[in-house]
Order: sequence, then structure tokens, then C-alpha cells
Amino acid sequence: MALEIRDIHKHFGPVRANDGISFTVEEGSLHGILGENGAGKSTLMKILSGFYGADSGEVFLDGELLHLGSPSDAIGSGIGMLHQDPLVFLPFSVLDNFALGSPGPTHLDRGEIRDELDRVSSDLGFKFDASRLAGSLTIGERQQLAITRLMWLGAKVLIFDEPTTGISAAQRLQLFATLRKLAKTGLIVLFVSHKLEEVEDLCDSVTVIRHGKVVYEAEMPVPPETLVAEMFGKVFVEQDHQAAPLGATMVRFTGATLFEGTTHIEDLNLEVAAAEVIGLGGLEGSGQRALLRACAGLLAPRTGELVIDGADLTGASYRDHLAAGVHYLPAGRLEEGLIHGISITEHLVIASEDKSFLIDWKAAEQTAESEISDYSIKGVPSSHAEALSGGNQQRLLLAMIPDVVRLLLLEHPTRGLDVESAAYVWTRLLARRSDGTSIIFASADLDELLRYSDRIVVFFGGELFAIRSASETDGEELGYLIGGRERV
Amino acid sequence: MLRGTVRDISDSRATPRTLQDRALAVEATFNSIVAAAAPLIIAAMGETITEKAGVINLSVEGSIRLSAMTGFAVAFWAGHALVGFGAAAIVGAAIAAIIAYSSIGLKLNQIAVGFVLALLAIDLASFLGDSFVGERGPRVPPLRIPILSDIPFFGKVLFDQDLVVYASFVAIGATWWFFYRTRPGLNIQGIGERPEAAFARGIAVNKLRFWYTVLGGAMVGIAGAAYSLDVKLGWRETLTLNLGWIALAMVIFGGWHPLRVALGAYLFGALQVVAFQLQDVFPGVAQVLPVAPFPLMILALVFVYADWFKKLGDKFPRIRNLLGSEAPAALGTVFERE
Amino acid sequence: MKRSRTAIPTLIAVAAALGVGIALLLAIGAPPFEALRLLVDGSLGSASKISITLLAWSPLILASAGLVITFAAGLWNIGVEGQIIIGAIAASWVARTLPGPGWVVVPATIVAGAVGGLIWALLAGVLKTHGNVHEIFGGLGLDFVAAGLATYLVIGPWKRAGVASTSGTDIFREEAWMPELQAFGVGWPVIPIALGLVSVVLVWVLLRGTLFGLKLKAVGNNAHSSFLRGIPTNRYILGAFAIGGGLAGIAGTVQATAFHHKLVPAISGGYGFLAILVVLLAGYSAVAIGPIALFFVAVSVGSTQLDLRLSLDSAFGGVLLGIIVLFVLFGGAWAAKRPGGSLTPRKEP
Repeated sequence: MALEIRDIHKHFGPVRANDGISFTVEEGSLHGILGENGAGKSTLMKILSGFYGADSGEVFLDGELLHLGSPSDAIGSGIGMLHQDPLVFLPFSVLDNFALGSPGPTHLDRGEIRDELDRVSSDLGFKFDASRLAGSLTIGERQQLAITRLMWLGAKVLIFDEPTTGISAAQRLQLFATLRKLAKTGLIVLFVSHKLEEVEDLCDSVTVIRHGKVVYEAEMPVPPETLVAEMFGKVFVEQDHQAAPLGATMVRFTGATLFEGTTHIEDLNLEVAAAEVIGLGGLEGSGQRALLRACAGLLAPRTGELVIDGADLTGASYRDHLAAGVHYLPAGRLEEGLIHGISITEHLVIASEDKSFLIDWKAAEQTAESEISDYSIKGVPSSHAEALSGGNQQRLLLAMIPDVVRLLLLEHPTRGLDVESAAYVWTRLLARRSDGTSIIFASADLDELLRYSDRIVVFFGGELFAIRSASETDGEELGYLIGGRERV
Repeated sequence: MLRGTVRDISDSRATPRTLQDRALAVEATFNSIVAAAAPLIIAAMGETITEKAGVINLSVEGSIRLSAMTGFAVAFWAGHALVGFGAAAIVGAAIAAIIAYSSIGLKLNQIAVGFVLALLAIDLASFLGDSFVGERGPRVPPLRIPILSDIPFFGKVLFDQDLVVYASFVAIGATWWFFYRTRPGLNIQGIGERPEAAFARGIAVNKLRFWYTVLGGAMVGIAGAAYSLDVKLGWRETLTLNLGWIALAMVIFGGWHPLRVALGAYLFGALQVVAFQLQDVFPGVAQVLPVAPFPLMILALVFVYADWFKKLGDKFPRIRNLLGSEAPAALGTVFERE
Repeated sequence: MKRSRTAIPTLIAVAAALGVGIALLLAIGAPPFEALRLLVDGSLGSASKISITLLAWSPLILASAGLVITFAAGLWNIGVEGQIIIGAIAASWVARTLPGPGWVVVPATIVAGAVGGLIWALLAGVLKTHGNVHEIFGGLGLDFVAAGLATYLVIGPWKRAGVASTSGTDIFREEAWMPELQAFGVGWPVIPIALGLVSVVLVWVLLRGTLFGLKLKAVGNNAHSSFLRGIPTNRYILGAFAIGGGLAGIAGTVQATAFHHKLVPAISGGYGFLAILVVLLAGYSAVAIGPIALFFVAVSVGSTQLDLRLSLDSAFGGVLLGIIVLFVLFGGAWAAKRPGGSLTPRKEP
């Protein structure tokens, strides 16, 4: 029995998420699938699990062509998917979560299903209290429940999407032991990850995907530097960043504890100087967002202290942070930044310092026109936010930043932008350093981190993993750090 | 259009003289509460099923009224009550199908469409039913269940009734059994709670939502016919006044749990009886009492959703469980496959 | 919202709805064109009929104007019925108790109505912002509580001397009535009309020309973005409820002191719910509610003639309006489904 993936294509508009992906995984193997954020791993896994249809291409299991039109087709064909967030029903019991969606007679014999749960879980070495609510399980336990359920349903292929995010070290050991045991029984395990150490530790073979294509296939072990090079592509450009003269302390975390979702940052001590640029690197969901949200006042530290520009803002509200000169631009430009159905002019009025009750539309339109040309936004004053392209949305967001800002917080400031727009965005951002504004930004793009940061903070598994001066590190080392390893 | 409801329950007004008379009167009162609550229970069970699947059918007030009218008209024409129930079920199902299609297929706001349909169906019932006002049609015959009805007290209260009342018992039991003892029933709750997770498990979320909405609508339709062919004989505009809104309130008050929803409906039935008996003594209070489900519904929601109460509820989970439980998390939202 | 894109489907939808209306009339054996003629004649056929239509128009545009504000903030203010009722109760209380000449009492009833409606709307608002109770359930519940209160007052504490009847309280003394202007042999409800028109202009200016209105729209379109841009969203939600409720409360005053001249249990006349239909049809635009509301009341008032002349149930007017709104909603959705005609932002991958 082998899983054979042949020439899978999937486009989203102009983006080729999967561009002719082919590879084969043999029975009983633990196969790693590596790639940086946005390489096309998730799209491929969603195709395999029936969430999306591929534009073209075929999947064979045991020589048989599979029809994967829906998740129920995939499950019926023996392909089981474990999502990064185990999709449990929080207010339902463990037993009901186990049974939900299972085939069988109309009458739900909970006694029988409880026996099945006990049988399958003890085979796997897990233990559940069937009557507990799923909401009270840890992420690791939810994952174990999902594995148990998929094995019960007769999965022959198990897909794990970043399964070790947010689970404890002990649970990870147990998970790996289980996966090895499952592979021994002939199961195919696809292990999608970012974390080199885990892939080295666990997998028999590996496929690296970059820009929607398979760029590398090998049997393990493979030297980690090869994997890093294949994942991130060519050697990184030299840093041409001109550091601005740093000022006094702008942000200071003292012994802060940040808890959010799967993020547990303990005893965070970090100082950011005025006019300093800090890049936050790491796999998506490793803790960068928690740090940004804490700086913005959207996530109160459980313990410790946060001082911004000399003012103690520990536990202060978002609006207090705004008043203190903090400005936060999250990743979702149209979800958390701009407002659909509202024009460029109206956005600029909302952002303006002028708080007079009546709006002078003539003046507002003139302002909008000058900002449009100043920021090279492709649009007219009456263009609605949703009608602008991603790059122009970002330019509008830049135009909305108040004149006086002490601390700028940005998430993926240039994601999805063309090279020219990205360079423009950074020119505008860096110009603000001359007033002593500090910038903290999260990015998945190593090039961007290296090019614009003074220091780079790398997160791994919900913890602050390493801090490097941008001038003393390189893309290779960052690749290691993001994968949770020190360079050897 | 918004007026308190008072329906006469004639048995309960006899003034008891002897002890035996009094016992009989109590029996009769309970008998009439059970009978009065029956259609409301059928409607509320239907709406519970719809909402558990994650869809709000806000048209209940209109659906009930239009199906009461249609049920009566068709039964009148056919000379047989059962035919009327069938027609009423079709009307309720059709209105629900419009809501389901416009939400799932057209991505329209369920609230907007449900609300418009509620008002439209109310007026349509008045307009089309105008010529039937005052007519007498067929009725559901009483059906005493032998042996069971001889049980002291409960026999008279529960088993000296008619098919509609027995159907309400079946609706409670079947809905409960369906939700908590069957696979499709567990799946429907998954659909209403977290549709993307249900979809990942291979459940056809939107198809099932459509059909459960239609099923719920059909039950609301049957409830409508029960008012015009059983509770009251005949059709008039005010026959089911506000009972659709009450059914909606009951589903919330009952925390989307069939047994608690049914309990709410019986309490409402009792309230109506009490209000009627108080009519002579406290005229104002009697008119206003039937409004009581609404503030209770709001209180139930506050208890369940307010942050400060959540904290209290975490300390005393029993109180919270007693007062209500949360709505299906995806209620009223649209599920799109990415 | 781009109106030009929806204009053609809207016209088709209205035409289709009229077609269904005619088919309905044919189905029950009524002469359709005679019926439509009577609709027009019954509402606009004489000076006194026009006066009645305009008196009905006023509370409808007051309530609709308020709803434009709450819809702009993204709120389903289904509690508008209750806000009208409480406004009417507050106005009735003033009309019954405040002594003095008309120029004192009438303005006082208007203020009282506004305050009553505002308080009732804020209740729904606070339930939403501080109790996480959705405004539909909160509002619906408060509608019935208000209706219960009105009924209780009418047959309880404010009952007519000696009789407890749901037909209403004693008639207010005439100083408390909204004065009418006599012309063409009939009295014209100039004050209600003025209140209605002022409310439309007020709402239009608020939404079109003020920072408050713009921020309200922002909160309605995307509360999360708005919060992150520094707009205190809860305060704006409560503000929208306050304005919407205040205007609905004035509609209640009009119902009590210009139309019934007493408090009756069904004091709202259903104008709150009708106003929701008006605003759905108007596409949340303040300018459009005037003519659309006029069309609505013309159909409603005119349909009473159907009863008298053709012995058709007057609910036909409501049926026609309901079908029109439903079809316009569907027409908009179908137009949005057409490629290139999307009114919603397209998702990027």
C-alpha cells in the first residue's frame, strides 16, 4: 500500500498554491512535509482531506484512484486529518466528540461506543474520562482524542498539521511514540511541520515544498543545513539596513507572563529602545502575536510589568495605550484594520485628529487626494476599502497612522505586496524613526526580518526562543532558530 | 398586533363546592393546562430542532397563523381534520424552506427574511382566511386511552385527551430521544455548535441544515392546525395571537433542551389558567401575566451570557444549569466551505 | 451601498410583487384593477383621506428614521415596537397629569415620549453591551413587556371611570392634543408631519455630515476594526439605541396625542414592525424612507377601502408590502450572485 500524489494543481486567483505537486509515500512510513509559511503545504493537506477540490491532479491509495470531493469521501477512503486546532466540540463530552460523525445505526448506543473508545484508546496508550467535557481537555488530549477517533474509523493515512504546537513536552514524546507505533502497523503518517528537530527525530523520509512545488525529496537522515537551504531557497541578501541612532528605552517588559491560546511566554524581559526596529520571527502562532497584542494593551500580562515611553501601562486598556502613542496594525487588513463599505476619505476622517462634530467634506476630500498621491494609493477618494488591492489597503493604513506615534506595532506589514509596494511601505515606516518612534513587527519573511530589523526575536512553540542582533545573524541561523534549534 | 393573550379554559372556572368537587376541579385544571400547552409544545420542539441545527426561523408567529388558517380551510373543504394537518405542515415547511434557501443559497440575513415572512404570513392569513371566519369545521375527536386513563389523577390529566395532545407527548419524547440517543441527533448538535468541525468529520452541513429547518417548520405548521382544529374550532385572526413569539421565547427560556422547553410551555399554560381565574379579582394583573415569558426569557439570557454571571456560574454550576444553557454557538451564522 | 447596481433588480422585484398581488386577487375572485384603484382612492382620494394618510405617515417615518440610525450601527432594533409604546405611555402620563395650556403640555408630551423611548431602547442596548443578550431577543422581549404595561395601565390604574375595558383610557383633555391646522375643510396634522420631516433631516445630517454618524457607520460595518482604530464601540452602540429609541418614542407621542387622543393597548399601531420593512426596502438610506414610508401608509390606509367596497380583508395591503420587501431582498441577493455584481468584498486566498 502506498499513497501516490500525482501532479496536483490548485490556484487561488493568480496565486499558484500548488503547482504540480507529485510524490509517493510508502506503507509504514513516517513522512515529513516541510516548507515555510505559505509554501503550499496546508493547501495540499486540505486537498488530501477533501476540504478543497484540486484544479487538476490525482491521488492514489494502494493503486486505487481516490475521489476526494468532501471530507466524508476522504474519511471513507481512509485518509484522516488532524488539524492544528483539533476541531472538537467544546461543550460536548469526550464520548460525544468521539461518536460525532461516526457511521453506524441510527440509535446511538453509548455503552457500546464507550467500550470502543476504551478499546481503541488503550491500544494507542491513551486514557480518557468519557464523561468529561471536551472544553476542559488540553490541546494535547484533544489531539489524542482525534487520533483515537480516526483510528477507530479505520484511517490508513493520517495527516498531522503542525501537531506539536501548544502541547507539552511529555505529550509530544507520547505523540511521537504513538506515531512510530502506528507506522509499524503499516499506517502512512504525513507529518507537516516547520520544526526541523522534530522532523529529524521522527521521520523516515521527507518532501520539501517551496512556492507550491516539490523542491527536494530524500530519505532521512539528511543534514539540517540541506533542509534549511531547501525550505528557504537561495542565500539571503546582505543586510543593507542603516540603523538609526537609538534613544532611551521605549518599551520595557519586566518579568511578564503572557498567556493566550497556545502561547505561554514566561518571565519576559525585553527592552526596546526609541527608534529601534525589532523583528519578530517564528512559525505562525508561536507567540509573536501575543507579544504585539500585549504591547497594544489587548492582552494584559498575568504577572510582571509593562512600561511604554516611561508610563506604566501594565493592565491598562487599549484606549490608554492609544493615548500613550501606541499604534497597532494587525495582519487582517480588511478584518482588523479597514472598514468595508467606507471610502478612503471617510477612513482618513476617522483617523484624523480633527474631532469637530460636523465634517467638512470638501476639505476632507482634498486631504484624501493629497494623501492618495503622497502614499501613491491606486484609488480615488470615494473608493471603498474592499475595492483596493492588498498593497493599496496597506498604503491607506499607513496614511491613517497618526503623525505622532511612539510605538508602531505591525503584523506582516508587507504580506502579499509586490516588491515595489513592500519597499515603499518600509521607506515610510523607517522614516518615522527620526522622531524616535520604535517599531516592532512580526513577519514570516526572513529576508524582511534581516533587512529591516535592528534585533530579531525568534519565537518557538509559544515561547521566546532567541534574540539575535540582525547584523550578527543570517538566514541560515534564523531558519534553525525558527525550527527550534541552535545552529550546530 | 402586540396584545396580551388570554384564552378561556372553560373547565377551570367552575366554583368547587365539596371536597370531591374541588379534587375534580384540580384535575380538570391540570387536564386543560396539558391540552392548552400541546400545540405550543409541538411548535417549540420544531423551533428547537431548527435552532439546534444553527438556523433561526424567526417567522414562527406568521407560520403558525398561516398554517392554522390553511389547516382549517383545507380541513373544512375536505371534511376531514387530518387533511388539514397535512396542508398546515406543508405551509410551515414551505415558509421554513424559503428561509433556509435564502440563508444557505442566497446568503441573505436569516433574521431579515424570517422577520419579513412573519409579517407577510400574518397578513396573508387574515386576507385569505377572511371568508372562513365563523365557520365550523371538523375537529380532532377526543380519544380516551383505556386503562391508562383510569390511573387516579394522572389518568384524567394525561390520558383523557385527544390525538394532538398525545402527539405533543410524542414530540417531547421523540425530540429528546433524537438529540440525546441517536447519531443524526448528535450530528445535528455538532452542526449548530461548530459547523466547520462537523464538516471536517464528513457531515453535509448545509444540506442537513436545510432539511432540519424544513422539518422544524412542518412541526410549527402542525401546531398551527392544532389551534384551529383542536384547541378552538374555527379560524379567526386572533386565534394564535403572539403564540409564535411565545414559542420562540420558550426555546430560549428552555435553553434549547427539549424537556426544559416543554416545562416552560406547561408553565405558560398554567400561567394562562391562573390569569384567567384571577380575571375577576385583579383584572390588570390577569391581562399582563401572559407576558411573563418574555422578561423570563431575557433573564435566562442574561444569566447565561453576562460575564459577571458566568463568573458566578463557575462557582455555582448548579444554579447556572438550572437557569439555562447557551445557544448553539453557530446559531444564525452562515457556513461556507472555506 | 451602490444604489445604481440595485435599481434594476429592485424595479423587477417590485413589478413581480405587484404581479403576485394581482394573481392573489384573481385567485380569490376579486377584480384586481378595481382593488388597486381603491388602494389609491382610499388613501389619496380626498382631502380628509390625505390628512389621515399623512397622520399615519408621521409615526412611520419617525420610527423609520430611528431605525436607519440603529441599522447604520449594525443593530437589529426589533424593540422599536416597545419603544413606541413606552413613548406613548410617557406622553399619556404627561397629558393626563400636567396642567396648563397647550403650548406647555404638547412640548412636554413630546419630550416625555422621547425620553420614554430612549430609556426603553437603552435597556435593550445595555442588555447587549453589558449582558451579551442579542438585541433581537432582548428587544422582542421588551416589546411584549411594554405591551403588557400598556394593557395593564389601560385596564388597571388608568381605567375609565367605572369601566375596565381594553378600549382605552379616558380621552385626554383637548389642551394635550397636538393642534391641527384647519384648511380645505379638514384638520391637517402639521406638528406630526413637521416632527417626522425634522427626524428624517436630522438622521440624514447625522449620517451624512457628522463625525458621530461616520463612526457609527464604521462600528456597524466592522466593529472590530473600529475598536482597533480607537472608536469606543459600546458607547456608539448605546448612542444609536438612544437616538433610535428617542425617535420611536416621539412616534408613540404622535400615536397617543395626535391620533387616538388616549392610551389604548395597541397604541403602536404596528408601525414599529412596519418601519423595519420600510428601512429594509430603503436600503438603510435616510433619504429614501420618506417616499417609501408614504407608499407604505398609502397602501395600508387605502386597503381599508377594500373592506368597505369589495369586502376583502384589509390585510391585503400588508400582503402586498410584505411580498414587495421579500422580492426586493431576493432581487438584491440574486444581483449580488451575478458575476461582477458582487456587493460584498471578495475574499483573497
